[in-house]
Amino acid sequence: MSFSIQDLQLILPEAFLLFAICAVIAVDLVIKPAQRDATHWLSIGVVVATLLLVIIDRSADARGFSGMFVHDAVARLLKVFILLVTIAVFVYARTYLKDRKLFVGEFHMLVLFAVLGMMLLVSAGSLVMIYVGLELLTLSSYALVALNRDSPLSSEAAMKYFVLGALASGILLYGMSMIYGATGTLDLQKIHAVASLAAGSSHQTLLAFGLVFLVAGIGFKFGAAPFHMWLPDVYQGSPTAVTTFIGSAPKIAAFGMAWRLLDGALGGLHPHWGEMLAVLAVLSLAIGNVVAIAQTNLKRMLAYSTISHVGFLLLGLANGTPSGYAAAMFYAIAYAIMSAAAFGSIQLLARAGFEAEEIDDFKGLNQRNPWYAFVVLLVMASLAGIPPLFGFFAKLLVLKAALDAGMLWLAIVAIVFAIVGAFYYLRVIKVMYFDPPETKDTLALPQDIPLRWVLSINGAALLFLGLFFGPLLSWCYRAMGAG
Amino acid sequence: MMQSLLSILIWLPIAGGFAVLALGTHRAKEARWLALAVAVATFIVSIPLLTGYDAAAGTMQFIEQHRWIAAINANYHLGVDGISVALIVLTTFVTVLVVLGAWDSVHDKVNQYLAAFLVLEGLMVGVFCALDALLFYVFFEGMLIPMFIIIGIWGGPRRVYATLKFFLYTFFGSIFMLVGLIWLYMQSNSWELSQLAALKLTLTQQSWLFFAFLVAFAVKVPMWPVHTWLPDAHVEAPTGGSVILAAIMLKIGGYGFLRFSLPITPDASQHFAWLLIALSLIAVIYIGFVALVQEDMKKLIAYSSVSHMGFVTLGIFIALALVRVSGNKDAAYLGVSGAMVQMISHGFVSGAMFSCIGVIYDRMHTRMIKDYGGVVNTMPWYAAFVVFFAMANCGLPGTSGFVGEFMVILASFQSNFWIAALAAFTLIIGAAYTLWLVKRVIWGEVTNDHVAKLKDIDAREALVLGAFAAMTLLFGIWPEPLTHLMDASVKHIVDQLLVVKAG
Repeated sequence: MSFSIQDLQLILPEAFLLFAICAVIAVDLVIKPAQRDATHWLSIGVVVATLLLVIIDRSADARGFSGMFVHDAVARLLKVFILLVTIAVFVYARTYLKDRKLFVGEFHMLVLFAVLGMMLLVSAGSLVMIYVGLELLTLSSYALVALNRDSPLSSEAAMKYFVLGALASGILLYGMSMIYGATGTLDLQKIHAVASLAAGSSHQTLLAFGLVFLVAGIGFKFGAAPFHMWLPDVYQGSPTAVTTFIGSAPKIAAFGMAWRLLDGALGGLHPHWGEMLAVLAVLSLAIGNVVAIAQTNLKRMLAYSTISHVGFLLLGLANGTPSGYAAAMFYAIAYAIMSAAAFGSIQLLARAGFEAEEIDDFKGLNQRNPWYAFVVLLVMASLAGIPPLFGFFAKLLVLKAALDAGMLWLAIVAIVFAIVGAFYYLRVIKVMYFDPPETKDTLALPQDIPLRWVLSINGAALLFLGLFFGPLLSWCYRAMGAG
Repeated sequence: MMQSLLSILIWLPIAGGFAVLALGTHRAKEARWLALAVAVATFIVSIPLLTGYDAAAGTMQFIEQHRWIAAINANYHLGVDGISVALIVLTTFVTVLVVLGAWDSVHDKVNQYLAAFLVLEGLMVGVFCALDALLFYVFFEGMLIPMFIIIGIWGGPRRVYATLKFFLYTFFGSIFMLVGLIWLYMQSNSWELSQLAALKLTLTQQSWLFFAFLVAFAVKVPMWPVHTWLPDAHVEAPTGGSVILAAIMLKIGGYGFLRFSLPITPDASQHFAWLLIALSLIAVIYIGFVALVQEDMKKLIAYSSVSHMGFVTLGIFIALALVRVSGNKDAAYLGVSGAMVQMISHGFVSGAMFSCIGVIYDRMHTRMIKDYGGVVNTMPWYAAFVVFFAMANCGLPGTSGFVGEFMVILASFQSNFWIAALAAFTLIIGAAYTLWLVKRVIWGEVTNDHVAKLKDIDAREALVLGAFAAMTLLFGIWPEPLTHLMDASVKHIVDQLLVVKAG
């Protein structure tokens, strides 16, 4: 396999990120623990620089490295938001990790490697590339979950995540091998050409089997029911800083992976996988929303809420048209931004020795700090899908996609569960606003100005993007080539 | 300025609300004055609507149209007809009184309380002038959050239960409407209400849409049997919350029927008019009886609201039955006009009744009828107001309560004697529960020491109640300006009812 200088230009942001990570590792090795802030700001700088490289790149769509790497509008859009959310993740993590003596270089390295994996994943042009990107992401995530190695909960979560994740990777690989067997190629574009033709041929069965395994693998990575069992434990067991990361940016990447595989490679089989995704969507909506009601731990509640949001996202994806994909992409981005803010506010309230992860820990927040209570209000209302917040419009577009595809009943199921879902988000608002605080003293917020500002901006963005989501939506539509 | 009058009316109170919020919880006095200034300013800005609106034309005026989200064809499209103007001015007027009413009775987190009402005001005005279905929905749902917080923070002992019930009921109703609207958008590729109204739909399609809208608006009105959130919400809400809820938010349900159900699904509305008429009659009569046995004053007035709002839906749907079956446009016009007058009048009367209860609750901290008796001896001025509003609530001629009910009953007579007879029967029940309430609370000997120590209303309270009383009397004696304002617009709606869209 040979490649040219043009190929290298295509992966300039990824290449830069890789070298920059190595540089950060080197810097982290020589500095003293007390100077760890240097690693932190350097990591953020690296992400910002990568983001700039992605943004300024105006080159035309292209495929590099013999089709392994795809450079197109969707990849660029997804990368921009993966990187943006990662910046927020880093900023939120600083004080939280310091308080727990977890403010180590490894956190930064692992997150950066995971980001690299995500960038490769959303740009993947072949099955191999998908797998490489995915493993880079998930292996880093396993280690991140176990970051607090002295905590039994954390170790248990990491173990569960690893075993189930490895199983899912195996399933995905198995599916890929069947697809390869049926089509004779690893290239997604070529698979698309062959798989579409194969309708009615003897390879149909093999392809269908491969497809089932692929969908199961994708379902696992998303955390869609019934492949969701790992998700609540991992969300609850990980340090919140890690949960913030796992719960936000990787959802965008997972969308990219699902889109590349299902539409890019197996678009011809849409009648089959569309139905499978619809089933996953209904199950996720039901299990996510109903079980979330019973939770008292906010992180666990948000984990189940993730499952329900994945259900919504899959509803858009199941539609199988460019406007459906655009809606799902919009949803993935919206969810990542909301999720980052939700976990960010948990980190804001957490102190050394106090996790602030129970819903009751938010009691009377409005009396102790009205502004951050308002931010959490925005986040919760947005997650519940109440206009004029961002989350409402994401749901609106997905519902529209579902109706477009003639899935009226699915849309009705989705909204019924949205009503159920509204209840547990309201409960968080309820404890913040209606319950008296347990202590009278004003809230001791961390003296972390970047954290406060970024969280405030993140919360306000939910309102702003709700009122003015037009440009982002047009961007999604354009990237997907929808009208 | 005149071109963006509606935008100012929406965004001035919202911006003002955030400014009040920014004052912080400790500057209560500044928050009160700023909120009052914003509310009065908004009211003043709404006056040009009344004077500048060309009532003879009855068309949408003060139009503002901008692209909002090009990708899904949504527009920031505002405009008002006579009906909207009346409701908007009602909103801005009542909000001033609510801000005044809260002056001494709310002490906890004053800035948040007032900010919530100002934001709510902007959103409600937005509902009344949105001509784009998506924009309407955003305002319609956006109202839930401030109201949720108002009831939840400043409400009574069971406020959390009441506010959750309120939120989930309304959310449940409106989200079906959302699906209907998205479906309509996909048929017409537009959110414009005028375009949706022009869309040809079969009767089956219309029926589905009709019920999707019905769930949303019936919960809001509220109609029997989805009214159960209202007594809870009213009882637990703070006075201002009850006033806004009764005076304006319930009207949004009736307004929704006129703006959505009738123009978009006229055939289905006609097809199911009997159902709506039946539900309205049940609300009017059965809920009237329910009101009779209440022991809590607020609950009694809440049920009386449901009963009175039954007249609104009766007027709207009797018009449908009339115009399609007998072609009697005049009677149909009478019915819709009556419904509108009833809405405005109920806005004043119920707002006033809840304010009255608030006044006495601030002094006694109980809403139970049995804790009162002989209030007239210690609070003569207050008693005068209560008796006046009670008369209006019964629909005594000379008060605005009479005009709307009379028009609706008159229209019903032209459709069916028995419907009219049943509707008229409620005037008796209405008089019974209202006067019995007055008898037990106001008249008689002073029953206990607490009542004996009561102080009569102060100037501020007199101002609030007096403003309500003036309006009730004005439109009772001289409803002409109000009907003239809405005349052409109501005619326009009735004309639309004749358009057969199906087939």
